Amino acid sequence: MANPITSLRIEHITKRFPGIVACSDISLSVGKGEVLALVGENGAGKTTLMNILMGLYTPDEGKIYINNKEVVFKSPSDAFACGIGMVHQQYMLVPNLTVTENVALGMRQMMDGRDGDTTLDKFKRAVKLDLASVRRHIVAISEHYGLSVDPDAYIWQLSVGEQQRVELVKTLCFGAKFLILDEPTSALTPQETDELIELLRRMSHELSIIFISHKLAEVKALSNKVAILRGGKLVFRGNTADHSAADIAALMTGHQVYLPVNQSSKAPGKPMLEVHDLFVRGDRGNMALNKLNLTVRAGEIVGLAGVSGNGQRELAEALTGLRAIESGEVSLDGVSLVGRTPKQIIAQGMGYVPEERNIEGIVPSMSIRENLVLKDIGKPPYSTVGVISNARISANAEKMREEFDIRCSGVNVAAGSLSGGNIQKVILAREISRGPKFLIAVYPIRGLDLGAAEFIHKQLLALRDSGVGILLISEELEEVINLSDRIAVIFKGQIQRTLGRGEATQRKLGMMMAGVKEI
Amino acid sequence: MKNFKLVYTIGVILLAVLLTLGIASLVLAVLGADVLKTFWVIFCYPFTSFKNLSGVINIMTPLTLVGIGICVAYRSGIMNIGGEGQMLIGLLCAIVFALYSGIEGPLSIPLIMLVGMAGGAVWGFFPGILKSKFGVSELLSTVMFNYIATQLYAYCLRVPLLDPAVAGGAGDPQTVKLAESQWLPRINEVIENVPKGTRFHIGILIAIALAVVVYLFMWKTPVGFKMRAAGASDRAARYGGISVSAYLVLAMIISGACCGLAGTVEILGVHHRGLGNCTGGYGFSGIVVALFGGLHPLGVIPAAFFFALISYGCSALQINKIPVPSNMIDVLLGLMIMVIVAAKLIIANPYLMDHVQHTVTKLINKKEGGADA
Repeated sequence: MANPITSLRIEHITKRFPGIVACSDISLSVGKGEVLALVGENGAGKTTLMNILMGLYTPDEGKIYINNKEVVFKSPSDAFACGIGMVHQQYMLVPNLTVTENVALGMRQMMDGRDGDTTLDKFKRAVKLDLASVRRHIVAISEHYGLSVDPDAYIWQLSVGEQQRVELVKTLCFGAKFLILDEPTSALTPQETDELIELLRRMSHELSIIFISHKLAEVKALSNKVAILRGGKLVFRGNTADHSAADIAALMTGHQVYLPVNQSSKAPGKPMLEVHDLFVRGDRGNMALNKLNLTVRAGEIVGLAGVSGNGQRELAEALTGLRAIESGEVSLDGVSLVGRTPKQIIAQGMGYVPEERNIEGIVPSMSIRENLVLKDIGKPPYSTVGVISNARISANAEKMREEFDIRCSGVNVAAGSLSGGNIQKVILAREISRGPKFLIAVYPIRGLDLGAAEFIHKQLLALRDSGVGILLISEELEEVINLSDRIAVIFKGQIQRTLGRGEATQRKLGMMMAGVKEI
Repeated sequence: MKNFKLVYTIGVILLAVLLTLGIASLVLAVLGADVLKTFWVIFCYPFTSFKNLSGVINIMTPLTLVGIGICVAYRSGIMNIGGEGQMLIGLLCAIVFALYSGIEGPLSIPLIMLVGMAGGAVWGFFPGILKSKFGVSELLSTVMFNYIATQLYAYCLRVPLLDPAVAGGAGDPQTVKLAESQWLPRINEVIENVPKGTRFHIGILIAIALAVVVYLFMWKTPVGFKMRAAGASDRAARYGGISVSAYLVLAMIISGACCGLAGTVEILGVHHRGLGNCTGGYGFSGIVVALFGGLHPLGVIPAAFFFALISYGCSALQINKIPVPSNMIDVLLGLMIMVIVAAKLIIANPYLMDHVQHTVTKLINKKEGGADA
């Protein structure tokens, strides 16, 4: 097992990819028991830098030192051997295996020999899966760090927060002395986030941690040092305590950021979207929506808060015709949407910013300009008498690029090559420019950096003020509270309660999202 | 190093060619054949006479037609491995119509071709509808439909359509010859000053015209746009209000029609009757041609020519008294295709190119540094 890591230092790391410099001359150091927050917008080079630390990429220039000794990582196993462990944004767990089995999957020590082993011992170890010792190991680790994990539970039975703890235990079982966490809270409920921060703070007494985050509140709460990357360069390094969240945000984006807040007092109009007693099945045949009722008026943003997996996806898909409605009534501006095809519902004036923007909101391999007319290609002005007008499609794309600040090298590049924020701008540009009566926006800023989030929120508010009804589905309570006129909380396929803008607090919403009805 | 990409691309191609030639030379040397002469026959002999060149183009014609069909299907998100079956059913329908409809004369040719396309379209429709309605993998269904088509054709050839002249005899089963007025005109009948005495038929003009039409359809019409969108990402297409399942079926119908036409042209242009092996395996090699041509209808044309060139050249080895067993010809052909496909992948990988560029730059800098010192 590796020696404890008392210091990790990287010096002048540079990594180039075709056409861009992902990391340029970055130097950082993390000492014993320190927590370094690595912040920056998407594409700033955070993940590349961490992948270099994990041995997934080799740097073009620069050196890594552990305990003042230079190390070279040729593969992730080299980094593991030095005690560096990473918890990725997407959990790498097999759902139909137990926690113990998942940990055993990656465990080298079971196979490696110990001193004094006879050949027979080695052979036994190689052929027999010693789950009992892995289980003991898990229990020991989880007790030591106060990480409650049931070693016999199947992964599919666990909540997202529990799965993350399994990832942590797994990494620690592999012998990690230094943790890298890539946006650890992006999928957690507010309560789970608080618990995780508390847990990491305890762990930081024994381990050093680097964590990547967009959320400045967490950066403030957890880290003692902060490093800010912008455009592949290190623009700031300092003690967290000395700087306010607003300062960090400004350094991150290069300008002052004001996340817009819905302050309009304009009264909403007539009911636009009406949902009555809606039943919809999920992918596994369960009733994902269970007698759901909801009304959204014109010129109103209704935030739908909830932990993901409580029927949000099914609701959005049922409303857009992508998922069959079991029973119940849905109408848009007085016209029933039940049994309609997506095409008919789009024609009815429904706009939709889907959850999976990279694969559903755009056709990744098609160009930006083609994606901008995805829904209107068959109609004038983009095609007349069955022939596409490339000139008009390009003109439209240039206009949208300007209006929506889509940053790209040209409108002919594949939409899939854009960053998340720019993909979202392409989708929003298409949906808004079509002049919808209603817009469903699902996790519109998930994973986006502050600059893009600010822009998208402004667009949503402007759309609201122009009289469009918006259903904003989100897990981010700050987003919901900032933007919504009313907030509905979804839990197990039903609307738990609807609150006015003034009544909602993060704490209240968080508890309702967890299933508490009356507060 | 502005032109690095160009230099790199040419370098990879040269390397691929050298590698192919190297391996092939080794194989030929082991077999005791004259290496240089073999290469000459494969690559140059087809150009030595008009007769040879027209032989190449007659192979190129069905390959182009099948290749176009595969492109349409692939671009729409379905892999059509059933080209062979669609060719067979297409040409079977065409033969039956030609023999029994009683329609003859020049006007009958487009009619027979339409019937052939319809036959292939039906054979493409079934796997398409099975996929879109029940999610049956097209890899499975098209291959199964190939088997059905092969056996159905073999039966028709031996029983209802059997030429009385060979009935009961020892000859290979075949149908009666089509009326001469139903044959595709030879090139020399259409264009003056073209040497006579070859089987060079006008099918190639049909194939090239179809490639252009399909290109315009797929890239310049909204229906083609929607098919490509459905093929590139079915979820995004569904989200965009495109009926993915309907366009999938349409794509298979068009794809089948192209393959059916390939079979029909082969009958009307070359064989003039149904024979045991009249598809020539083009239903399968057309897939390679399509991939080779970048899955683009216009790219298919040069790809089919190149493929036809090599196959004609390889098949001419025996005539030129080169002692290479006919099975080894397939080995050579396979080898060349593999290296070409590999080279294409290497060229398309920007990371590899970047890596090579950096290594080369470093080497050059080192050398310069060394020279200075």
